[in-house]
Amino acid sequence: MTWSVLEYHLVSYRRIWRSSVLSSFVLPLLTMLGFGVGVGAYVTGGVQGVPYLDWMVPGLIASTAMQVAIGDSSWPVFGGFEWQKIYFGQAAAPLRVADILDGHLLFVVFRTLTSCAAFLLIATAFGTMHSAWALATLPIAALVGLSVATPTFAYAAAVRSDSYLAILFRLGVIPMSLFSGVFFPVESLPAVFRWIAYALPLWHGVDLSRAATLGAAPSWSAAGHVVYLALWAGVGWLLALRRFRKRLVV
Amino acid sequence: MTLIHARGLVKRFEGFTAVDGIDVDVERGEAFGFLGPNGAGKSSTMRMIGCVSPPTGGVLRILDMDPLRDGPKIRARLGVCPQLDNLDLELTVRENLTTYARFFGIPRKVARRRADELLDFVQLTERADSKVEPLSGGMKRRLTIARALVNEPEIVLLDEPTTGLDPQARHLVWERLFRLKQQGVTLVLTTHYMDEAEQLCDRLVVMDGGKIVAEGSPRALIDEYSTREVVELRFNVESQDVFADKLAGVGERLEVLPDRILLYVADGDDAVAEVQRRALSPASVLVRRSSLEDVFLHLTGRTLVD
Repeated sequence: MTWSVLEYHLVSYRRIWRSSVLSSFVLPLLTMLGFGVGVGAYVTGGVQGVPYLDWMVPGLIASTAMQVAIGDSSWPVFGGFEWQKIYFGQAAAPLRVADILDGHLLFVVFRTLTSCAAFLLIATAFGTMHSAWALATLPIAALVGLSVATPTFAYAAAVRSDSYLAILFRLGVIPMSLFSGVFFPVESLPAVFRWIAYALPLWHGVDLSRAATLGAAPSWSAAGHVVYLALWAGVGWLLALRRFRKRLVV
Repeated sequence: MTLIHARGLVKRFEGFTAVDGIDVDVERGEAFGFLGPNGAGKSSTMRMIGCVSPPTGGVLRILDMDPLRDGPKIRARLGVCPQLDNLDLELTVRENLTTYARFFGIPRKVARRRADELLDFVQLTERADSKVEPLSGGMKRRLTIARALVNEPEIVLLDEPTTGLDPQARHLVWERLFRLKQQGVTLVLTTHYMDEAEQLCDRLVVMDGGKIVAEGSPRALIDEYSTREVVELRFNVESQDVFADKLAGVGERLEVLPDRILLYVADGDDAVAEVQRRALSPASVLVRRSSLEDVFLHLTGRTLVD
């Protein structure tokens, strides 16, 4: 039954997939040129022994996973309750609330994976991958996606005005992308901010991705990263299920 | 066979009771209506029957199953047409049906065939491949009804199926619903349109303030709570009140409205003759048959509920 919900979202996506795929390729391409050629030229010494572009790209893949996942879990989920109300139609069918939630989450994972695969492809073409482990960035991206998507589902199902979603982007997404070790090592942050970066999910994904594409050991235990991301995903899922129940079974 | 069985059914939300202990039995093949003003508890009742709203108290059995335990199993055999359309506006008309059919585990091929049949049934075949967004209100409603039929349900729940539609669209919906009834589908609907209830319902209950205040066939309700005919008199004066005394005893019951006086009588012509005998000369006289609307207003009052 969960699959039929995923299928619905895929059919719905078919209307916009062309423009969506285009933007999945354009964004990384611009990033490569802008950061690699532009900013990279100023960071002459490289970072941690590799050229700046090669160092930054795996972080951007993880960051893209985070942004796509949150983007696809915020307004679409809010709209499912408040605008088109598609969730209520699904709830009238023999689906369980968990099916409705999981089907939509699977679609978000699909979107996260395809966007990051496009990024990985472009990044490989630019010669920034140092190891075959680079392929591991995809499952990592899926995990990062889930770790932020589930709490976002819960949040979007809880708020009653879409202006709260804009707040999520200003106070959550943007700071998280800036201070999670994507563009510079978290070690250069003041201690307080460093701990915030450790607490949020993205840095764990960034560190894992970077280890994968550079073929080096992560700065933290890889299993620890995975467990921590899974914890975010799991707790977020429970919160989301509770919020979905509250809206759909009243 | 009783498809829906409720005893002392209660739905309470924080601070107020939407449904306050109702008893309902709906038999197979019946068209059953919940009538009542806004806030009477009709939609709350429908949502409990649709197994998306757990009852706060009382007994509720649907298709001889317990909605709390067998929700998905029951919903697999229900068709739901909600008060507000929740179609996917981005999808095409046909995709709305085929994707919805998949939620019931219907194979893709069967879903496509059934979608075509249903689009024919609700006269939307020509719009099959257009998006839903630009469709008129009546077309969207018909599509929602078609979607409710995609699993060949035994019971179709319709929450205010024609609210907001123009007369042509309403009649088309009624005609389709009547055909469903002829095919043996059990219809359960809510409405505050009396003509809709008279057209479609074999049996209905009138709800007010979460309680059932009357029950029966449209004809039986009229016989019980109203007279056979109603005479509407309009006098050319500021206030109709002054004539109330002069009309005393003409009918079984008399109601003074700001713009006219209603006489509830067994025979309208006799009553008009009596009015003339009393030398009262109303500016206009209308004799009509009593309708469900008279019953409704009598039972639930004329005060506006919002």
